[in-house]
Amino acid sequence: MFDMTATVLRNFLSKTHTRLYPFQVRETFENVRGNLDIRIEECIMCGMCQKKCPSQCITVNKDAKTWEVDPYSCVYCGICVDHCPTNCLFMHKEYRKPAKIKENNQQLQLKGPEKKKKAQE
Amino acid sequence: MATIVPFGPQHPVLPEPLHLKLVLEDEIVKEALPTLGYVHRGLETLASIRDMDQMVQIVERVCGICSCIHAHTYCMCIEGLMGIEVPQRADFLRVIWSELHRMHSHLLWLGLLADAFGMESMFMHAWRIRERVMDVMEATAGNRVIISVNKIGGVRRDMSPDQLRWVVQVADELEQELDKIKAVLTNDYTVKKRTVGVGVLTNQQAYELGAAGPQLRGSGVAQDMRMTGYGAYKYIDFAPVVEKDGDSWARTMVRFRELYQSIDIVRQLIAKIPDGEIAAKVKGKPTGEIVCRSEQPRGELMYYVRATGDKYLDRVRIRTPTFANVPPLLAMLPGCEMADVPIIALSIDPCISCTER
Amino acid sequence: MAFETTNLVKSQLTSEVLALKNKGYRFVTMSCVDLGDSFDLLYHFDLDLKLTHLRLNVVKADRVVPSISGIYFAALIIENETQDHFGITFDGLALDFGGHFYLEEEVKKFPFCKFTVNKAESAGEGA
Repeated sequence: MFDMTATVLRNFLSKTHTRLYPFQVRETFENVRGNLDIRIEECIMCGMCQKKCPSQCITVNKDAKTWEVDPYSCVYCGICVDHCPTNCLFMHKEYRKPAKIKENNQQLQLKGPEKKKKAQE
Repeated sequence: MATIVPFGPQHPVLPEPLHLKLVLEDEIVKEALPTLGYVHRGLETLASIRDMDQMVQIVERVCGICSCIHAHTYCMCIEGLMGIEVPQRADFLRVIWSELHRMHSHLLWLGLLADAFGMESMFMHAWRIRERVMDVMEATAGNRVIISVNKIGGVRRDMSPDQLRWVVQVADELEQELDKIKAVLTNDYTVKKRTVGVGVLTNQQAYELGAAGPQLRGSGVAQDMRMTGYGAYKYIDFAPVVEKDGDSWARTMVRFRELYQSIDIVRQLIAKIPDGEIAAKVKGKPTGEIVCRSEQPRGELMYYVRATGDKYLDRVRIRTPTFANVPPLLAMLPGCEMADVPIIALSIDPCISCTER
Repeated sequence: MAFETTNLVKSQLTSEVLALKNKGYRFVTMSCVDLGDSFDLLYHFDLDLKLTHLRLNVVKADRVVPSISGIYFAALIIENETQDHFGITFDGLALDFGGHFYLEEEVKKFPFCKFTVNKAESAGEGA
């Protein structure tokens, strides 16, 4: 009988295991696969990310110079980040916040990457 | 006179929808007829429109709780077909993540079992302990549940020595936490009354009906796919956890002791992990047929892959352990009372999304 | 690992399976592959962690296969699923769902294989 009393007192006097969200937010770890994004100035519009994506959620339009991802189909696997030849795709540390309207993440490239000058023959 | 009561697809005890028509006579179950198909997604047909690298991500999503092991077995199949030698460090890392998955799956099941008895605090405690494992997975692999670390040829990420030390620390803490809740589970009168002698599956029945995993080992048959020594299991000592009685209590204890065993395996692996590459180069397309088996938290998983050298695989056939555990469930139910049905259904650890990929 | 199978004809199936059961083999599962104009049914058995396989080739024109659920009760689940997905009929099934184990009555096309027979024949079987 006294085991229970000891447990009750111990639980009463120690701090809680839960945290008071949203006042206390847990800090995120490094290398977490959060939201997918792109540094659009470095993109060479090769379409590799579109080919490799398992859920086919990326659309690259070379003529219109747009890169678009549907964040509701994306499974956040990070395969596109692994295969991008210029490393312009990256994943944020935080997950996407809830949104009121469903819209895709579309980026338009206004100024492309600098073409490397060929070495003088 | 017989009444038919539906043990519905929605039930507080079931994590996924499973329908059983129970034919009752005065509270004793005479027969049970299953109906599946509530979460059938047809993932095997996707093999004809996604190439073999993309299939890794698809195969991971057959089940959320045991996803890493699905990907591991699929990668083992393709590597076997193409003759790729996976570096040793990748093998070790894969198995460390698989054992972490086993721990989180058994803790999830433990919480659900406690909830089925009405012990909600125990449910919360088991899932609180599970959160430590999820933290480890998030910090080392990137996501909490579907960790996407396997790829054909190896793994995608490495674990630094600091992270490995932290994992050992977390394993030690987990063991202390488990010791605290062990007494509550094993010494409780209610738990014992409702599980001992309930849902008995004899040794002979378990073997003949093709049971897998803790079902088989709880009935005294010492068979565990990890004994075949695939992956990094050949570098550690391993003996399967076996109990003799074949009732729900035996299965509970098998899973609980497997938790301790997983913690021990993780410690052994981290002590022995070699340095080296984490992935091998992959060239070309696979041809041929191969069958690979591995041990999921719920039992034995079997993959049959057939390829003809095209971009898409010909056939990927997945036989999950809950698929094999459904006939033993149908054999366990006759003769028990209606109030025992939820506990028996939960003691096979049903993962219906695996069953009906 | 080398993949060795024993090729069978339909009449040998039940006797081979019974022989394996008497030796103490455990039934693992059955796989089905669509090869274009025939099906390949593979039966996988296990003893002491070693696998054996049996292969049965079924032409699409004659899709009736004897069921092994009388010998191994566990086979009925996978045979029902194969009936749904591929349109093979197993005669002598212990518990027969008639093609509606997973799929509902409205589904008229077998999801996994392509048939070139006329619609009336397959509609009569599956619907």
